[in-house]
Amino acid sequence: MTDSVLHATAEAGRAPRVRFWHDPSFWGLLPSRLLMGFALILPIFIIAAVSVATRGAHGGFAWDFNLAGYRQILFNEGWTGELEFTPQYLLIIVRTFLLAGATTLICLLFAVPVAYFISRQPPGRKAALIYLVTLPFWASMILRVYAWMIILGKDGTLPRLLEYLGLPSGMSLMFNDGATLTAMVYTAMPLMVLPVFASIEKLDGTLIEASHDLYGSRWVTLRRVILPLTAPGIVAGAILVFVPSLGAVLEPSLMGGGKQMMMGTLIQLQFGGGRNWPFGAAIAITLMALVMGFLIFAALRAARREAAL
Amino acid sequence: MSTRHDVKRYPGLGPLSVLFFVYLYAPLAVVVIYSFNANNIAGVWTHFSLQWYSSALRNTALINALKTSLTVAAIATVVCTLVALCAALAIIRGKNVRFRKLSETIVNLPLLLPEIVLAVATLILFSLIDVQNGVIRLTIAHSAFCTPFAFLPIRARLQGMSLDFEEASADLYADRWTTFRRVTLPLIFPGVFSGAMLAFLISMDDFITSNLLSTGGTTTLPVYIFSLIRSGTSPELNAIATLLILASLVLATVALLVAARGNRDNA
Repeated sequence: MTDSVLHATAEAGRAPRVRFWHDPSFWGLLPSRLLMGFALILPIFIIAAVSVATRGAHGGFAWDFNLAGYRQILFNEGWTGELEFTPQYLLIIVRTFLLAGATTLICLLFAVPVAYFISRQPPGRKAALIYLVTLPFWASMILRVYAWMIILGKDGTLPRLLEYLGLPSGMSLMFNDGATLTAMVYTAMPLMVLPVFASIEKLDGTLIEASHDLYGSRWVTLRRVILPLTAPGIVAGAILVFVPSLGAVLEPSLMGGGKQMMMGTLIQLQFGGGRNWPFGAAIAITLMALVMGFLIFAALRAARREAAL
Repeated sequence: MSTRHDVKRYPGLGPLSVLFFVYLYAPLAVVVIYSFNANNIAGVWTHFSLQWYSSALRNTALINALKTSLTVAAIATVVCTLVALCAALAIIRGKNVRFRKLSETIVNLPLLLPEIVLAVATLILFSLIDVQNGVIRLTIAHSAFCTPFAFLPIRARLQGMSLDFEEASADLYADRWTTFRRVTLPLIFPGVFSGAMLAFLISMDDFITSNLLSTGGTTTLPVYIFSLIRSGTSPELNAIATLLILASLVLATVALLVAARGNRDNA
C-alpha cells in the first residue's frame, strides 16, 4: 500500500516516460548494441569461459571447469602431476611489458622535441608538417614493418652500410628484441606525436617568457613549465602507444623471429591448428586484464589530476 | 627580437626534426626504390626495371586477395558507417537518453581491447556456432572493430554543429526524416565521409583479425603479403608494396582534404 503510493509520487516527479519503442534514440542505439553485443561482448564472455575449460584431446576444448590454462602460465606439470615452476611464459609477459614500455619512452623522447618544433612554425607550414607526420601512418602496417626487414635484413641496407664503414660483414640485425623494438617504435610514432602536438599547441607562450623573466634557464623552463603543462597530451600519447604495443603481433612475428615471442604471438600460436585453446584463452584474458588495469589506473589518475586543479 | 635571444627557441630542434622526417619516410622510400630493381634478390641492386610490376599485375593469387579485401572492406564500411551514424545521432541529438556514457563506451569498445584478444574470441565464437564462410566471418568482425573509427569523426562533426539549422527546419514544418535528409546529413557529410574512409582503410589494413578468421579461399591482402614475406622468395613483393603504399597515401590525402574543407566551411 505505502509502497505503491511512494512509487506513484516518484513517478509523478519525473518527466513522462516514453515507451522505449517510441523513443528514436533506442532505435538509433540498437544497431550498435546488437553488433557489439554479438561480435564483441559475447565472444569476450565465451573466451573467459574457455580459459577455465579443459583442453580437448585433439585441439579445441571441452566444457569442464579447469584452471590448467592459468596454471600453465607459471608452472609445468610433470608426469606424476607435480608442479614445477617454469618461467618461460612469465618471461614472455615481462618481455612484452619491457618492449611496450621502451616503445612508449622512445616515441616520447622524439615526439616532444619534434612536436615543439612543429608548434613554433607559421600556420601554413605547421599544417603541412602535421600532414607529413600523419601520412606514413596510413601506409599499411605490415608494409611499414616489411620496410624495416629490407633495411635490417640479410643483405639489407643497414648491414651493407656498416660493412662499407669497415664494420664486420654479415652482421645479423634481425630476429632479436632490438629489431622488434625498431619496428614497434616506427609503427607507433605518429600516435605519440599527434596528441603531444595538440597539447603543446595549447600551451600559453607567455608562461615560457614568465619563466625566463624569473631567471629560469631553458632546461628549468622545459622541466618545470613546458612538460607539466603538456602532461595531458603526453599521457594520451603514452596510452595510445602503450596499449596497442602490449598486443603487438606483426612486429615480433616478422622482426623477432620464432623465438623472441610477445604475448600477442604466444596467443596466436595457441590457436593455430590443434594447439592449446584454454591456455591461449588464459593468456588472452591475462593480457586483457593487464590492459584494462592500466586504462583504469590512467583514468583514475586523470580524474585525480582534474580534481586537484 | 633576434632568434638568439628568443627564449622559446631551443637549439638543435630544427636539425632533429629534419632527421625525424627523414626517419619517417626513408623506410618507405627504400621499398619504393627496390621495387624498380631488376635483381630478384630484394636487397641487391642491379639495374632499373618494371618487370616486377607487370608480373605482380598478372599474379592471380594477389588479385584474388585484393578482391576479398575490397569486398570485406566495402561491406564492413557500409555497415559500420550506418551503425556509427545511428549511434552518433542517438547519443548527441537524442533527448533524455539513459546510459549515454555507457552507450558511447560500447561503441568505442574495440579501441579499448587488444585486437588479438578480440580476434581469438571471435574465432572461438565462429567455431562454436559453426560459421565456416570466410567472407561472412571477416565482414562481421571488421564491421565491429571499424565502428569506432567511423563513429568518432561523425560524433565530432555532430557535436560541432549548431542546433539552429535543425530547429529552423522543424519550424518550417519539415518532419524528422526530411530534416535529417535535407539539413543534418548534408551538414555532417564531411564527418561521415572521413569516418567511412577511415573505416575502409582500417579494414583494408587489418592483419591480426583477418589472419585468424580468413579461410583457405578468402585470404585478404595483408594476410597474403604476410605469407609472401614469410616465404621470402617473391621479388614481386616490393612492387606490390609500392602500389599499396601509393594507393593508401592517395586515399588518406583525399580523406584529410575533405575533412579540412569541411572544417573550413564550418568555421
